[in-house]
Amino acid sequence: MFAVEMRGIVKRFGDLVANDHINFELKQGEVHALLGENGAGKTTLMRILYGLYHADEGSIFVNGQQVSITSPKDAIALGIGMVSQHFTLVPPLTVAENVVLGYNPGIRLNPQQIQRRVAEAAERFGIEVKSDALVRHLSVGERQRVEILKALYRNARVLIMDEPTAVLVPQEVDILFETLLRLQREGLSVVFISHKLNEVMTICDRITVLRNGKNVGTVFKQDVSQSKLAQMMVGRETFGVTRQGERIQGEPVLRIENVSAVDNKGLPALKSVSLEVASGEILGIAGVSGNGQSELTHVLSGTMKPTSGKILVDGQDITGADPATITCAGVGRIPEDRHGGVVGELTVAENMTLETLDEYTQNGMLDRKRMLEYTNTLIEEFQIKARPTDRARTLSGGNMQKLILARTLARQPKVVLAAQPTRGLDVGATEYVRKKLLEQRERGAAVLLISEDLDEIMALSDRIAVIYEGKIVGILDAHEATPEKLGLLMTGAREVVSHA
Amino acid sequence: MLKFRIERAPSPVWMRPLLPLLAVLITFVVTSVFILLANANPLTAYYYYLTSPFTNRVSMIEILVKATPLILTGASVTIAFASGYWNIGAEGQLYAGALAAAWIGTVVGGWHPVLAILAMLLGGFLAGMVWASIPALLKVKLAVDEVVTTLLLNSVIVFIISALLNGPWRDPVSGWPQSPTIADSAVFPKLIPRSRLHLGFVVAVVMVLLIWFILSKTPLGLRMRASGLGQEAARFMGVNIQRTMLIAALLSGGIAGLAGVGEVAGIHFHLIDALSNGLGYTGIIAATLGGLNPFGAGVAAIFLGLLDTGAQSVSRSLGVPIFLGNVVQSTLLLVTLGVFMLQNYRIRRV
Amino acid sequence: MDFNFFIGLIAATFRVATPLIYGTLGELFCERAGILNLGIEGTMFIGSFVGFAVADATGSLWLGVLAAVVSGMLGGLIMSLFAVRLGVNQHVSGLGTTLLLTGLSLFLFRVVYGIQRIQPAIKPFQALSPFDDLPVLGPIFQQYALTYIAILLIPLAWWVLYRTNFGLSIRSVGENPEAADAAGINVYRVRTIALMIGGGLMAVGGAFLSIGQLGSFTFGIISGRGWVCIALIIFANWLPSRVLWGALLFGLIEALQLRLQTTGLKLPYEAFLALPYIVTIIALAIAGRNATGPAAVLKPYKRE
Repeated sequence: MFAVEMRGIVKRFGDLVANDHINFELKQGEVHALLGENGAGKTTLMRILYGLYHADEGSIFVNGQQVSITSPKDAIALGIGMVSQHFTLVPPLTVAENVVLGYNPGIRLNPQQIQRRVAEAAERFGIEVKSDALVRHLSVGERQRVEILKALYRNARVLIMDEPTAVLVPQEVDILFETLLRLQREGLSVVFISHKLNEVMTICDRITVLRNGKNVGTVFKQDVSQSKLAQMMVGRETFGVTRQGERIQGEPVLRIENVSAVDNKGLPALKSVSLEVASGEILGIAGVSGNGQSELTHVLSGTMKPTSGKILVDGQDITGADPATITCAGVGRIPEDRHGGVVGELTVAENMTLETLDEYTQNGMLDRKRMLEYTNTLIEEFQIKARPTDRARTLSGGNMQKLILARTLARQPKVVLAAQPTRGLDVGATEYVRKKLLEQRERGAAVLLISEDLDEIMALSDRIAVIYEGKIVGILDAHEATPEKLGLLMTGAREVVSHA
Repeated sequence: MLKFRIERAPSPVWMRPLLPLLAVLITFVVTSVFILLANANPLTAYYYYLTSPFTNRVSMIEILVKATPLILTGASVTIAFASGYWNIGAEGQLYAGALAAAWIGTVVGGWHPVLAILAMLLGGFLAGMVWASIPALLKVKLAVDEVVTTLLLNSVIVFIISALLNGPWRDPVSGWPQSPTIADSAVFPKLIPRSRLHLGFVVAVVMVLLIWFILSKTPLGLRMRASGLGQEAARFMGVNIQRTMLIAALLSGGIAGLAGVGEVAGIHFHLIDALSNGLGYTGIIAATLGGLNPFGAGVAAIFLGLLDTGAQSVSRSLGVPIFLGNVVQSTLLLVTLGVFMLQNYRIRRV
Repeated sequence: MDFNFFIGLIAATFRVATPLIYGTLGELFCERAGILNLGIEGTMFIGSFVGFAVADATGSLWLGVLAAVVSGMLGGLIMSLFAVRLGVNQHVSGLGTTLLLTGLSLFLFRVVYGIQRIQPAIKPFQALSPFDDLPVLGPIFQQYALTYIAILLIPLAWWVLYRTNFGLSIRSVGENPEAADAAGINVYRVRTIALMIGGGLMAVGGAFLSIGQLGSFTFGIISGRGWVCIALIIFANWLPSRVLWGALLFGLIEALQLRLQTTGLKLPYEAFLALPYIVTIIALAIAGRNATGPAAVLKPYKRE
């Protein structure tokens, strides 16, 4: 008897078939990986199991019983818990309040009582967390522990972890794995969603590989190799895009001098950040999510004003300038959230030209013809699957990112600011974006790459700066950077004096 | 057991053109309950409602008379909402325009009518703009929510007008709280003799065309729509949100002000405190029903004018209170919004 | 101006503040659940009408209050149908609700009472005077029962929001509905109930004006008080404990106006009527960027 069995699950989103007759079996007490690239349908399948989506077809069995799961409430009652990639916690509430939310008997809510109960549960499950702390004060790793505790507190016998390591530094990953293995020994069944082969091989007993919404196969760990898994995952040999050749010693184009900034709550988010990016190099900024990357991106994009410091592009001061001025100064910007760089309800052509609208204005009126012509040229050059008159929101993530790349790179910017440029993209689109960034480097642009994907940083960067709590805690040359070294820096374990 | 579930999926294509009709139908079914309460037969009432305005020339023209201020407030709300500025203050800005018109109308006595009327229009537009500039500046300079401030300012201008009408402007002869009658030169000419349809209708049509031109043909309009449809992304792409919103808010206020000028110079010839009675709010209905498209809002305004005229005749002939018009209009707003949201859903059996 | 003037002023302040406390507490429940309810003006209006009509028909003022609560809850239900279930823009669905409820009140008033020369009237609530023997300060406590209830409702609202599981649900759906949903809370249901509680409270505020004070229902009875409550929420920083102070400040200004009118001051009374609105706008300008409500307000929740 399986802890969970899903049979013939089909889920469609419009024309897209996210899950195409998927069968999935989870044994009692195993750690089972759900492996696949972005968009393969892993998360969709598990969101169906957790009641967040409804399957169009198929049936679910829990401990041999056929069940109908229409909301997370049903899933929780069946002993299923899920820790999403984007945490589902309420930041202004305490840890205890978050843990008992929707699962506290009676009418009254007694703060002391729930704090005590949650603290007891934390101790029982060996999860270190303060029950009276406000969630908004917690680090990402702590928040993840709260999520796990929340599921266990609801007596979860099955725990779904959606890409749990994406937000953690290597050292935190070790702690997470220890916790999961201990819980497994106590009888918990775990579904571990990931696209990282080495992790899957480390922690899982069995592996189910999804590709394009279909189940490609379920295998025991001991029966496969990483390269076999990779082949199952992408259906072809992978060829990672990496930087070639040594860094050209170019002139510094982008200078960031002692820049500080506060976040939208008024708390310090950047603390005297100084960086230089030379033409022809990619400087990668590594760090755990929420350590000031967003604010750095905003400050450099012109959507947030720094509280002090200076930003220079080729000697021109663009400190605190608006986005239009910064674009004119020769900075091409790729936003950390695609949807924050594209107005979905406007057309592709309008999005392509909005940044430089004055060039498409004649006698005070829009020159629609030229807008369309220009857009058509870029659509061809960047192989975007869209028409100029399509609404931008109808584009896939990859095509939307290509739209932004086309808009930005066609102007041959002196500085390219790329924030999380491949987040959420499938393998093909990711490779395309990385190739384009390397092309910019070859062309002689100064590229600042801000990414939470350590593999991406290591594959592309000439130099790597690590940001921790709003400070640059170290800058390493690519050849001296190892995941361990970077991991230590990313957790603030030690500071390294720049010698790059 | 049959269980149904609503899920997100586009409804069948054949249904879409039927949706507005469906909305009107649902509205009539829902509101028929109230007609029954008023001891009338809903079918008779709706027959009167929709047909009586077309039975004679006067009431057909009256539809356009009623629609004139609504076309203007509808256009005013359209340009604001389309730019992402939630101007709920068309009502107050209309009063500001009316206030200016009532004053200018008394000082242009000896002027040539063309000049006098131009002064009225310009004055009303500016007054609406000035009144709209308070919440707009608070919004762009201090990030104060415009919804609350525009609502509050609607009340404030009604107090100001009430103070004027009960004080210095009180009619010295009758003692009524109404401003002195405006000069003949300031009265809007009639478009059709022996009717109430006045120059304001032309002004309204021109404003609809102007708004359409700005929104769809100019870079400013594209920036406005960008800031309305995705403010953060528009800001990222270099749109100056503050400036764009300010311009939209001022235009919106000016156009609403013109609606007030029309009511003073075309209908009442003096200022009274019940001059509007919600024309600004009904403009929000027009703009929303029109899908924030200037022409759509214009058509919706004329339909709302029809409902107003119909409510009057139903009130006269069947004794159903005239406020049925308000109930039908607001129900139509809500039902239309609901129906259009349902367009994105499909009902499935599970 | 003597001491009695101030005593009278304080008493009047509480009286004027009463409908605002109801309205603001009502709006508080809506906004803490993530819904900006611009239906408040119409909800207060229909509460005012229904309260009056039922009190008139049954002869019981308390039945009037009860009926007002029911009407307000229905108003909240209408709002929830559009803003919660269908995910319509909250600004427009709120205004639509206000327009509908206002139109409905006017319509039904005409249906019930027709057009009369004399405003229909009833005998309104009498003020309680529990401490009549108390020298000097006695008059302060001469208040309506509904005023006492309003003040008691403030700690009760705090208790519901912060010391019950349902309150925790309200706060969580107002801050992060995705998280609440994942924790097994029915976001739609919680928001709907919050809107109904809110609507009921708002309607009592309206009913207080018609059957508490005036004893009649006039078309201008609410005249923007609902909008004032929307502003007072920002004033109160979305905390029940601070609702009282904003409402009292507002009440004080209006009470002062009533008092000064009788002293024959040569200023149009409208200036005083407008004053609280202007003060509110100035206060909002000062609060400015710092005023941030629950994170999910104005965002319709849909799964996926």
